[in-house]
Amino acid sequence: MEELMDKLKGEIILQLNLEGLKNEDIDSDATLFGEGLGLDSIDALELIVLLEKNYGIKISNPADGKKIFQSIRTMAEFINENKK
Amino acid sequence: MEAFIKGIGIVSPQKTFNTHEFLTELKEYNTNSLRCVEPVYTEFLNPVLARRMGRTVKMGIAASSVCLKDSGVEMPDAIITGTALGCHEDTEKFLLAIIDNDEQFLTPTSFMQSTHNTVSSQIALQLKCMNYNFTYVHKGFSFESAVLDGLMTLEDSDAKNVLVGGHDEMTDRHFTITQRAGFWKQENVATMDIVNSKTPGSVSGEGAAFFMLSNEESDKNYAKLRAVKMIFNPGSEDEIENGITDLLYEKGLTTDDIDCVIYGISGDVRFDNSYYDIQKTLFNTNTAAYFKHLSGEYQTSSCFALWEAAMILKTQTIPKSILIGENKKKHIKNVLIYNNYMNTYHTVFLLSQC
Amino acid sequence: MNKKIYITGIGMISAIGDNVEQTLLAVAKGKSGIGELDNIITRHRNEIPIGEVKHTNEELIKMIGLHVDTIITRTTLLGMLAAKEAMVWAGIKDVNEYRTGIISATSVGGMSMTENYFKDFLDVEKSGGWLKYIETHDCGDSTEVIAKYLGIKDHISTISTACSSSANSIMLGARLIKNNIVDRVVVGGTDSLSKFTINGFMTLMILDKEQCKPFDAERKGLNLGEGAGFIVLESERAAEGKEILCELSGYGNSNDAYHQTASSPTGEGAYLAMQKAFKISGLKPEDIDYINAHGTGTEVNDMSEGTAIERIFGNKVPRISSTKAFTGHTLGACGGIEAVLSVLAIKYNMVYPSLNHINQMSELNFTPTKTLTTDKPINNVLSNSFGFGGNSSALIFSRH
Repeated sequence: MEELMDKLKGEIILQLNLEGLKNEDIDSDATLFGEGLGLDSIDALELIVLLEKNYGIKISNPADGKKIFQSIRTMAEFINENKK
Repeated sequence: MEAFIKGIGIVSPQKTFNTHEFLTELKEYNTNSLRCVEPVYTEFLNPVLARRMGRTVKMGIAASSVCLKDSGVEMPDAIITGTALGCHEDTEKFLLAIIDNDEQFLTPTSFMQSTHNTVSSQIALQLKCMNYNFTYVHKGFSFESAVLDGLMTLEDSDAKNVLVGGHDEMTDRHFTITQRAGFWKQENVATMDIVNSKTPGSVSGEGAAFFMLSNEESDKNYAKLRAVKMIFNPGSEDEIENGITDLLYEKGLTTDDIDCVIYGISGDVRFDNSYYDIQKTLFNTNTAAYFKHLSGEYQTSSCFALWEAAMILKTQTIPKSILIGENKKKHIKNVLIYNNYMNTYHTVFLLSQC
Repeated sequence: MNKKIYITGIGMISAIGDNVEQTLLAVAKGKSGIGELDNIITRHRNEIPIGEVKHTNEELIKMIGLHVDTIITRTTLLGMLAAKEAMVWAGIKDVNEYRTGIISATSVGGMSMTENYFKDFLDVEKSGGWLKYIETHDCGDSTEVIAKYLGIKDHISTISTACSSSANSIMLGARLIKNNIVDRVVVGGTDSLSKFTINGFMTLMILDKEQCKPFDAERKGLNLGEGAGFIVLESERAAEGKEILCELSGYGNSNDAYHQTASSPTGEGAYLAMQKAFKISGLKPEDIDYINAHGTGTEVNDMSEGTAIERIFGNKVPRISSTKAFTGHTLGACGGIEAVLSVLAIKYNMVYPSLNHINQMSELNFTPTKTLTTDKPINNVLSNSFGFGGNSSALIFSRH
């Protein structure tokens, strides 16, 4: 789990072009949207593609993203549950 | 329809950004493609927003921020931009992603940033400016269309301060492609040799410049913008000549009243004749200056010329690096810009001292 | 600035017809043009329905009467057909009789060709006649070819503000006449489908996999479309003695300044644009007989626009519909196409049905008109268009 979360952090920094941010700057339990990392609806769409491309998981309704992308931990849990 | 130029912000291949220096330190190149001296963006851009922006968006926003600061205007009554190619880097990025990934695993960022009105809308977004917001995209008339709209907006609405800008970017890919269409010189040319290069093609350029057009008088204003005119694909030199003389007549001026003419000479032997012809027939004895050796050629390059004209009027100097021949006038009251892009889009600006 | 702006010509092409006459027939039958995509090769072909003009480029070239080998983009071809129809309608024979301009609008310009040749453009080993498409990529190119086809030279420009582009070109045209820069002007927009647009909207996940359902509680997104719509605006002097279809009485543009692609929940930009249009026209909300809504069918647009409309009209929202379930969302062309439909609404006292509407949105009190109605006079029509970057525009058309 820790390993997956660390990997995810790296992938997110790259995909969202979060320049100047390092893996350790992101708290696994902090909220990604709004207050925490300050991501928005476009980032959510970017993360949906990230899941599809890197983990083979397809989300067809963007509204589902809200729950999954709460934090790095919820994302990692979702990946573990749905990975093919 | 006239307006004061109240403030300017400009990013160009010269050191023009966030300074009131007028080409005191010249940047000389030896190339066929000029790129901008880019600012450090952190001062002007929220990094969370900046991470999605392409170069032209960053340059546009930086230039507009400086223009707002320079003019002391917090909330413009309108934002109007002109750009021939919009956010070309993002357009290419998304297009290549479509082709390379066979339409799979695509993400929205470069697509939404590729929209032509990204710069005008990002400025609005940052300022929370809900006022009139337009973007013109007509090749060599893009910036001029925006300026005309700016003048009209001051006339037909309650607007007092209108933010008008031009921006276009060059990318490596776009250079390769347009080189194939014969736009640019094959050889590298030194900056000060461009005017006399006499070979086909010009030196490509890019830039972003914003101007605060205002109907409020102030001793800080740079100049008065008195007219902009577009002449599409003229059938003969006469048509351009008449266009210029008609414009001067409307303003109660003659060619003798023009203290300095700024020409769009690009060093392209195919298109430069129109400048020399106009100089010979209308402005034989007037002081002549030029700008494309510093800005490079691009569809909205006249925004650099407008900056040059405003600076000449404000500082009452014409730097040697932009002079053709001698400056014959001590007091510069009226400046005319005559530019053409690829000999199809001929444009004229008239400016006067405040 | 109280000069009147007369509309003397209209022309359009879209998925529901090649011209105004065919459009009227399709509308009378309640027949949507949204269906399968034929003219673009894309892996999304079977995933999404689209409002496509059912002619190949070769067929469009033939319809116009150009040489078969002409280097020309689909955006230009569609624009030529619609703009020419508008010019013929206006009975303009001698373009030089008055100062005449053209303002067109497009979101992708020549992209449908660029995307086919982009890799070849970059490969200096390859060459061919297709290299000429390098210069047809710019948005301004389509306007120029249309201008040359119509013989227009006095004033040429192109606007691109995403999906409000052609509403803005109509607004600009009126201002050019009022500011005495031209006497008459052909205004509108044109956009062809492209893989670029289809994939772009796919990534935003706002395309309905079925027919779009504007203002329906169960709406799932928009359907893309293509086409062109142009109208001819004339000053009182230039239009003298002519049949006047109606007047463009109001216009307004504002920015929502909320998000790069999504509209604000309260529809601030839309609200301000409508308010400005009312101010210019001197009309009041109760004067409006029909609203041709932007109504794309996305969750966000319909909510935002609907809220803004209720802020303006209160609980007295006039008849309202979105015609996008007929044509699809034609992006840079939709303001032009919907302007033509608004003019026709006045000419025939007609309100178009909002197709596919079943479920009432709980957040809104109004219900869109569901059947074609011709029972009441339509004197004033409000037409909305909103685009990416918060660009919001409203036009008001009024009986002469």
